[in-house]
Amino acid sequence: MPNQTEPLFKAVGLSKEFGFGRQKTLAVNQVDLALEEGEVITIVGESGSGKTTLAKMILGLISPTGGEVFFRGEPRDISTYRKKLAYWKNIQAIFQDPYSSFNIFTKIDTVLLDCIRMRGNGNLPREKKREMMAEACSFVNLKFEELTNKYPFELSGGQMQRLMIARIFLLDPKILIADEITSMIDACSRATILDMLMELRDKIGMTVVFITHDVGLAYYVSDKVYIMEHGKFVESGTPDEVILNPKGDYTKRLISDVPKIYEEWDLSTV
Amino acid sequence: MLHTIKEVFRSPKFTIGLAIFVVMLLVVFIYPLIITDDPLDIIGLGTFFEPGIYVNLYDGLESKTYVLKLEDAAANRIASKLGEQERLDIQEYLLLAGVPEEEIDIEDTEKLLELWLNNYDPTVRFPGSTSAKRKYYARLDASLDGLLSTEAAIIAVKNEETGELEEKSLVKQDDYVNVSKVANVRVLPLGTDNFGRDMLTELVSATGVSLRIGLIAGLVATSIGLTLGLLSGYIGGWVDDVIMFITNLFIVIPSFVLLVLISYSIGQEQRGASTVAIVIGFTSWVWTARAVRAQVISLRHRDHVNLSKLSGHSVAHIIIFDILPYIASYVVMAFILQISSGILAEAGLSILGLGPKTTDVPTLGLMMNWAMIYSAHIMGKWWAYFPVIVVIALISFSLNLMNTGLDQVFNPTLRD
Repeated sequence: MPNQTEPLFKAVGLSKEFGFGRQKTLAVNQVDLALEEGEVITIVGESGSGKTTLAKMILGLISPTGGEVFFRGEPRDISTYRKKLAYWKNIQAIFQDPYSSFNIFTKIDTVLLDCIRMRGNGNLPREKKREMMAEACSFVNLKFEELTNKYPFELSGGQMQRLMIARIFLLDPKILIADEITSMIDACSRATILDMLMELRDKIGMTVVFITHDVGLAYYVSDKVYIMEHGKFVESGTPDEVILNPKGDYTKRLISDVPKIYEEWDLSTV
Repeated sequence: MLHTIKEVFRSPKFTIGLAIFVVMLLVVFIYPLIITDDPLDIIGLGTFFEPGIYVNLYDGLESKTYVLKLEDAAANRIASKLGEQERLDIQEYLLLAGVPEEEIDIEDTEKLLELWLNNYDPTVRFPGSTSAKRKYYARLDASLDGLLSTEAAIIAVKNEETGELEEKSLVKQDDYVNVSKVANVRVLPLGTDNFGRDMLTELVSATGVSLRIGLIAGLVATSIGLTLGLLSGYIGGWVDDVIMFITNLFIVIPSFVLLVLISYSIGQEQRGASTVAIVIGFTSWVWTARAVRAQVISLRHRDHVNLSKLSGHSVAHIIIFDILPYIASYVVMAFILQISSGILAEAGLSILGLGPKTTDVPTLGLMMNWAMIYSAHIMGKWWAYFPVIVVIALISFSLNLMNTGLDQVFNPTLRD
């Protein structure tokens, strides 16, 4: 049972070192992070600041070299395949590059069927599964009839990222890590995709962790913003606190590097 | 996927390589259906019969004769006995015997022979002439005997009661037989080897066996290398350490030395072609394992692998469906090269006398070994080793060509 007082996910002193000896680099350095149910947080930082490494540690794709991770108040245990499977039912991700996120030898149907199977619905009749896949696709404005028996690389980048959201729709996780999901997408599709993702969040009430270098995105979608520099959180708080009144030099520079922050950024019109 | 396969067949290098290979395969499969002789049958009593058409002389005499008046028949007959070299040798002898140089005309056959008959004396020893030279002149003298005669040869049968020869038939100099009418004619396009076996039949059979050895060796090497490379690359950690330790051990021991030692310890009688193939495969997986491992390491942190993990797939599923297809092209290329190097390794082993046992089936390496032991290369019996070399080179060439073609398709930066 979820512990009411504890956050859904908590990391204490999370660290990751790469290499050894003189080549040793500290990619993530003593990071504390707590995710409450249903909130949207953004981790902002430059390239190489350790955002993606942190995301992969949260996901359990790479193991941290220091610190502890708690999920639903208990220490996270992903030592075996079954435990990993149980953990990944709750935490999912969308990656930066849609072109490399899909196995080019696997058809779209298989990608979506895997999600249905992971939710334990692998034994449903074929028609029911197709119905679920069609529903997921129509949620992201894709037509399943056009996609069936196609390969992911036959789609555009924006369509692939929408397919990723359809995956999340079927998987229904508690936490979603969105690792720079719009950085490879053109500006028009970007707004559509963010729009769909936020709509999905409202629907299934998941926690979303945006990882981005886009301060504007952080300001407009998140409940909480973390600024990351050299593997450390240097500033955190609500978007108003952090972005409108930055304290640290690094944060100020990040914000000044953004060409222009629109006063009003309506996702539906961009 | 289908597109890639189409691309592969559009590559001229691959298609040429494949065509050569397929032609060889067809010959290997179809030839034994037509010529059903056992390739190890000893048909010739003697070593290294030259390539050619062998006509049974007895049947030839019995066959219907035709008379052909051909002007150059006599000249050809003389030329076959008395060639340019023989004429020069005769001149040399005559000079030693004291015949004035201006009297000798080596172009005039009749005069030359007359001089020879008048001056040749087998008992005379000229200073500086070796016994080999004297024997040569004795042989030459015998072969020239009756060269200019126009008499018919008599075929006689021995009367069993009286022991006298009775004339049966005459063979005149302008008698001919039609080869197709002679009962027994054997074509030996590549002659016979040192044991008197038909080289062509043996070569075709050996090519088949060698290809089989290459295929088995390639399969063994590729599957060991692939399995170890995948496990070590994907799982990492101590599994990687252990596998890499073993792999590095095999790398520092030269594989051919290992191959020789293992083959030697198995013993001649136990070494069938398949055993040798497996031993070759077992010693040549190392580079495949290392290369596969390197590729897997670069793949295992890709996003599609991460996504597959997040989709709840097991390690085996990820390795088979998310890693293997990405390195399949490389594995196919490595496999092709392993076949070719397996065939070469068998040839190398057999030349050292450590190949498959010799009583079972011929292999290309064994044929080279036999040719070498019986000094075919010193005696100029080219048909005993040259066709074998050509076949080995063709197999290697076609497989490497296919490999290069595949490389160009899968690795677009290499396209010209």
